[in-house]
Order: sequence, then structure tokens, then C-alpha cells
Amino acid sequence: MDVLIDIFGSANFWAAAVRIATPLIFGVLGALICERAGVLNLGIEGIFVAGTMAGWIAVYLGAGLWGGVLIAALAGAVFGLLHAVLTVILGLSQHVSGIGITLLATNLSYFTYRTALPSVTSPPRITPFQPISIPGLSDLPFIGPALFAQTPMTWLALILVAVLAFVLYRTPLGLAIRAVGDNPASVEAQGLSVQGLRIGAVVAGSALMALGGAFLTLSAFDAFFFGMVNGRGWICIALVVFASWQPGKALLGALLFGAFDAFQIRLQAEIGQIVPGQVFLMLPYLLSILALVVVARRADYPRALLQPWFKGQRH
Amino acid sequence: MSFRLEPRANPSLALKLAVSLAAALAALLLVAIPVLFAGGNPFSAYGLIIQGAFGSMFAFSETLNRATPLILTGLAAAVAFRARLWNIGAEGQLYIGALAAVLVGSGLFAMPPALLIPTVMIAGFLAGGLMMVIPTMLKQRFGADEVVITLLLNFVVILFVQMLIEGPLKDPLSMGWPQSVPLLAEAKFDKLVPRLRMHWGLIVGLAAALLLWLMVRKTVLGFEIKAVGENRAAARFAGIPVNATMLKVALISGGLAGLAGVGEVAGVKGYLSADLSPGFGYSGIVVAMLAGLSPIGTVFAALFVAAMFVGADSMSRATGISNYLADLVVALSLLCVLVGGFFLRFRVRYERRPALAEGR
Repeated sequence: MDVLIDIFGSANFWAAAVRIATPLIFGVLGALICERAGVLNLGIEGIFVAGTMAGWIAVYLGAGLWGGVLIAALAGAVFGLLHAVLTVILGLSQHVSGIGITLLATNLSYFTYRTALPSVTSPPRITPFQPISIPGLSDLPFIGPALFAQTPMTWLALILVAVLAFVLYRTPLGLAIRAVGDNPASVEAQGLSVQGLRIGAVVAGSALMALGGAFLTLSAFDAFFFGMVNGRGWICIALVVFASWQPGKALLGALLFGAFDAFQIRLQAEIGQIVPGQVFLMLPYLLSILALVVVARRADYPRALLQPWFKGQRH
Repeated sequence: MSFRLEPRANPSLALKLAVSLAAALAALLLVAIPVLFAGGNPFSAYGLIIQGAFGSMFAFSETLNRATPLILTGLAAAVAFRARLWNIGAEGQLYIGALAAVLVGSGLFAMPPALLIPTVMIAGFLAGGLMMVIPTMLKQRFGADEVVITLLLNFVVILFVQMLIEGPLKDPLSMGWPQSVPLLAEAKFDKLVPRLRMHWGLIVGLAAALLLWLMVRKTVLGFEIKAVGENRAAARFAGIPVNATMLKVALISGGLAGLAGVGEVAGVKGYLSADLSPGFGYSGIVVAMLAGLSPIGTVFAALFVAAMFVGADSMSRATGISNYLADLVVALSLLCVLVGGFFLRFRVRYERRPALAEGR
């Protein structure tokens, strides 16, 4: 019991929870936009890797940190465009295309890293984003460190949640995106381009996913490692179902997940002598599976998810 | 001028073969870009890859050795995808199969030596199969998407294996390396040719491809899989037990991936370690797609993918170009064959004048 009080009572714990949640917020938002428009993007895992690599190498070669973020987003957008061409324009299997994008983006990133830095033994480091502390607010108990000692990218993620919620529910564009994933025929009847909206959504969503990757190399760590994404993309795909495709719930899901992950890391430090470390490392994946199974029955999938649309088609 | 898409009812075998070959070629051509980027000459790189994969008896044996698990994981993906069951978890199923092989084959249970190999294989098949049956049941019972669950299970299984080989299954004689106790000599697969690494697992893979081909062509289950894959609602209406069929497919698919793990332990390494598979499960998806989900085609697609990996390793040693190039060829082949699938599904018709009305 004391262990639990120690963990939850520490401000560091809450700061870590938000930090762990940040890449997932980007990833879930990205997956959410794609799926709301009717396209499953299993390229997410590879796009994360592309984001870690592109962002890091841009900064390593002399771009500013925000320059790195931009390059990462561009890399994500390019892979998103490829996925969109294959699945939206050609109407090919979203599952297979996504897996293909993941394999391509991952290995292209690894290949580029190996080619740019052929013989490094320890990964070179950059100076990552530093936490912004806001005088007064940062000293508040619990909330202070959790919210007001985070790096700018965490702030960006939180702002994006609000922006995306606003766009989806309060603008004509958002209405069109939601409609295109539920009932594309109605969108076409409005004279809008189903394929255009879907391509835009997949490209924008993929750029967001890459930002999740960039957070890892530009904010959470200061170097690029092989395998550093480690399933985070797949976890986002599970979280988006858990969040019923809503930005607010996506934030909540990512934060819960971050809190759980931060908790297992600390628990590992406390009782790691008794229980093997791998048990703790398994927990995030098992939790994602559990979340998926629990919500699956009442999950309200976008109705046209996975269904290609050809201009002028009848149904 | 405009073009129109016409659905194609039954693409011919020749067209299917042409699409797969064109996809592999297109992937090789596209990969010239990263080779140039790395400062290499694409043609000499291709030459070195082919030489590294087929240039000597030793090289060819290594390629066949690499192809062995890929045939099995490729078949695992092919049979599942035929029924539109998205098994992306072959990597985890491979490890669970390997784990089962070590559990029953390392002398923990007393057993007549003659029975060891069959037992090891059955255990690996069942363990891998179970690993796919569970997500399939979760899908049927709760509607949980099998894609994400099988993907996430890959991570869980590898951590589970790491836990065991650093704990109860750890080999006390391994000088601290995290690897399992070795298989008994009687549980290991014999080499096919002395002094070369290729082993009886290759025969198992070829036999599995043949059996699967027979199953697809000649059996009721093969017909049921086809029906379930093409239209689940229609299959159910026609009285085909859809759920039972899916579970059988899951068992076969996961089981084949499990056998791939058995082969790596019993035929190559002799023990289980966390680096047993460099992504054989994921490459199996590419193999199956390149083969157009055909069991016999899988053998050839596996050979192609294996040749890329083995050839790229030796190309990399000679030129310093990263051997991730092989993974790039494999990833690009998948995307190219997917695009090729578009031309299998549709005939593109060109017309002089734009069509005035689109009638049916």
C-alpha cells in the first residue's frame, strides 16, 4: 500500500505519465483522422519510425528543432500520400497497403540512418527540446510538474486535440470528413470529392503520426535507436477504438495509458526483484488488447471504414 | 480520350504469374534509387546479390535454409488471407512454436527417442495454432479486430520467450547468454547434405505447400475457405459453418507459423533465443502476397525473398551498402504486387471519346 502512495503521490509520476502519453496523443489523433475519413492506416508503425528518423537526422544535420519537427511531418505526409494513392485512388486492400507502408517506412529509415552514419557505435546525440517552466504555475503541487514542466511538443499535442475537436465538430470541413467515413454517397451528392477528402485526411493524419515519432527523438530522448518505436503505432490503433474516434476521449485514453505505463515502470523498480522485468514490459500490450476486447462489442466503427469509393459509383 | 475500368472475372494463371514477376522486377528497379543514394552501382549490387544467393553450392544452401521458415510463414499468411482472416501474428506464433519445441524436445519429459521429432513438431504446430485460435475466438465472441490483436501479441510473445530463456529455461552452460537449454540430439532435424546448413525442415515446408495445395483444390474445407473468404454472409446463408471454418483456418495458419519456429530451433540453432527470427513472420506476409496466395507459388516467392536476404548480406560485406536493402526490396515487392492486384481485378479500357452515359 505504501508503495502505491509513494508512486501516486510523487509529482514525477504525473510528469512521466504526460510525457509517455504525448507520442500516443499524436498517433491516436492521426489514426483518428484517417479512420474518420474511412481509411485504416496500418502504416502508422512505420510512419512513427520515419518521424523519429527524419526529425532526428534533420536536427543532426543542422536544422533547428522545429525544422526537424516540420521535416518529420513532411516525411509522414509523403508516406500518407502513398497510402492514399494505393487505398483511396486505386481502392486496394487497406490492410495490406498499411503493412507494406510500415515495412517500407521502417526499413527506408533504417537504411538511411545506416547510410548516413555507416560506422557509429554509440548513437550521436542532439540537444532536444527543453521543458518550458512557467513561473508560478510550475511550482504547483502535482499539476505543476505534470503540466507546466513539459516540452513544447507536449503543448503542441494538447493544442492539436482542441483544434481537431473544433475542426471535426464545428466546421463544414469536419462534417465532410465525418460524413466521408460514414456515408460517402451523401458527400458525393453534396458535390464534394470523396476521394479528395479522404486523401487529405490520410495525408494530414500521417503527418500527425510522424510527429509522435519525432517527439521520441527530439523531446523524450536525444538520439535515434533501432526499434525505439516498439509497437507504439499499433497501440495507437487499439487506442483509437477505445476512444470511439473522438479527440477528447483519445486524449483521455492516451493519458490513462501513459499513467499506467509510468506506474508499471515505477512498480518494476519497487518489486522488480520478485517479478521478472518482462512481465511489466508486457503489460502495455496486454492492456491494449484488453481495452480492444472490452470496447469491441459496442465500438461504433465509421461505417465506411475499409470500403473504397470510386467516383460516380452506385451502391 | 478517357479510360474506364472493367471488372475482370477470372484472371488467367499467366496473368497472375506475370503480375508477380513484374512486381518483383519493379521492386528491384525501384531499389536502384537507394543504392545510388548510398553511392553504389545498382547493376553491380544486383550482380553481387545474385552471386551471393546462388553463386555457389554453399550460397544456394544458405538461400534454401533461409527460404525454409519463409515457406511456412508464407503458407500461414496465404491460408489465413484466403479466408480473409488477417493473421499478422506469424512472428509471435513462430516463437511460441519454437518454445513448445524446446519444452518437449530438451529432455524435460522422458520419451522414446524415436517419438521425439514427431512430438516436437506436433507441439510446435499446436502451440502456434492456439496462438491464432485465441484472437480468432476473441474476434468471433467480442468482435475484437484480429489485426491489432495479433500484431500486439507478437510483442507479448517475444517478451514471454525472453522471460523464460533468462529464467527457468536458461541454459546453465551458455556462459550467461540468454538462450534456452538445447534440444536433445534425437529431436534435431538432420542436415540434407553433409556440411551444408539446409535441413529436413525444407522438406517439411515443401510437403506443407503440397498438402495445402491439395486441401485448397480437393477438399471440402478448401471449398469452405474459399466461400468464407469471398463472401461471409453468402457462405453462412449457404449453410457453411463460418465460425468453425475460421477456427480451422486459424489453427492451420498459426500451426504452420509454429512449425517455422520448430524448424529454426530443431534444424538450425538447436536452442531458442530471442533473435531466432529476423522478422520471418512479417516477411511471410510479403511471400504470400507475392505468391498471389497460392500454396505452390509460396515456395517460389519464399525463394525470391530468401535470395534477397542472403544475397544482400554478401553484397553488403563487399560494398558497404547496408543490408537493409533486402528489407527494402521485400517491402517494395509487397506494395508493387498490391498495385499489380489492381490490374488483376480490373481491365483498363481506353476510349477515344469520353463516355456520355455510364449505363449498366
